[in-house]
Amino acid sequence: MAMTDEQIERYSRHIILKEVGAKGQKKLLNAKVLIIGAGGLGAPAAMYLAAAGVGTIGIVDADEVDLSNLQRQIIHSTADIGKPKVKSAKETMNAMNPDVEVKTYHKFVDSTNIRELIREYDFVIDGTDNFPAKFLINDACVMEKKPFSHAGIIRFKGQLMTYVPGEGPCYRCVFKNPPPKDAVPTCKQAGVIGAMGGVIGSLQAMEAIKYIVGVGELLTGKLLTYDAVNQEFRKIKLPTDTSKCPVCGTHPTITELIDYEQEICEETASRFEAER
Amino acid sequence: MTITVAGEKKEYKDGLTLPELIDAEQVETPEYVTVSINDEFILTENKASTILKEGDTVEFLYFMGGGQ
Ligand SMILES: [Zn+2]
Repeated sequence: MAMTDEQIERYSRHIILKEVGAKGQKKLLNAKVLIIGAGGLGAPAAMYLAAAGVGTIGIVDADEVDLSNLQRQIIHSTADIGKPKVKSAKETMNAMNPDVEVKTYHKFVDSTNIRELIREYDFVIDGTDNFPAKFLINDACVMEKKPFSHAGIIRFKGQLMTYVPGEGPCYRCVFKNPPPKDAVPTCKQAGVIGAMGGVIGSLQAMEAIKYIVGVGELLTGKLLTYDAVNQEFRKIKLPTDTSKCPVCGTHPTITELIDYEQEICEETASRFEAER
Repeated sequence: MTITVAGEKKEYKDGLTLPELIDAEQVETPEYVTVSINDEFILTENKASTILKEGDTVEFLYFMGGGQ
């Protein structure tokens, strides 16, 4: 389908890039990306993907906007407090770019719904805040052969990697199992600089865009880490032998999705607030 | 001997074990860190018996769970 004059103008800074062009922009307009978690990572990722004209963007989140979210979740505004995050996110994205169809899923992902959910999308962004969800997304993406961007942020640090089926390690290749509950601090316990979500979430959007357009090298087989205190990025090469991985290896032992004990960041955070 | 730890060349005594290195590098939550040496993951059960040698490249990979 040909682009309208308005689209040609809206996306002119993309189209002028020789690596993107009208062809790449059309790929973006026809692409479908699912963002799981409309928070610190998901907010900037969703905004840049909407602005870029990714034709269909799905957003999954069971939470409502809370005052303590607004320090970093820039897709939501003060007036949105109490609204489902998916609704608030959709309104912001629609206002920014009417080309984008935003599909909302006001729920948690679990072993019963995630495979069907990700099936219709081309690329998945993990913007969740807990290990059970991160392992669930990884395993589901391996099983459904979906590329996805994993990321985590805490305090002044962030990191991300990209899984593309058959092209490198998955999250479980690196981290075998979720750590026990509370063994590794989460954002609510440890805090996080708001702009960290902007840095890492934007890098996740960049991975999705590069995957869709087909330009350059993705973070497959690499973990990009960012330390804001020293303003230092490092790209760590991950081992290439994935054969022994329990989910993406040659003889997988994990063939069904696992619902690990859920630890819900925001809920516990508000309880913590209430107790103080 | 000289080894590369998280991208930096460092001097350590010969025969250094991985637990000693983890301790010296003040690795956070050491029981949950993933270690790769020369592009190979070290299995948890082999961590204690791993001895480093001249020229090894060591990376520590940390769990990072936040995102909301
Ligand atoms: Zn794997």
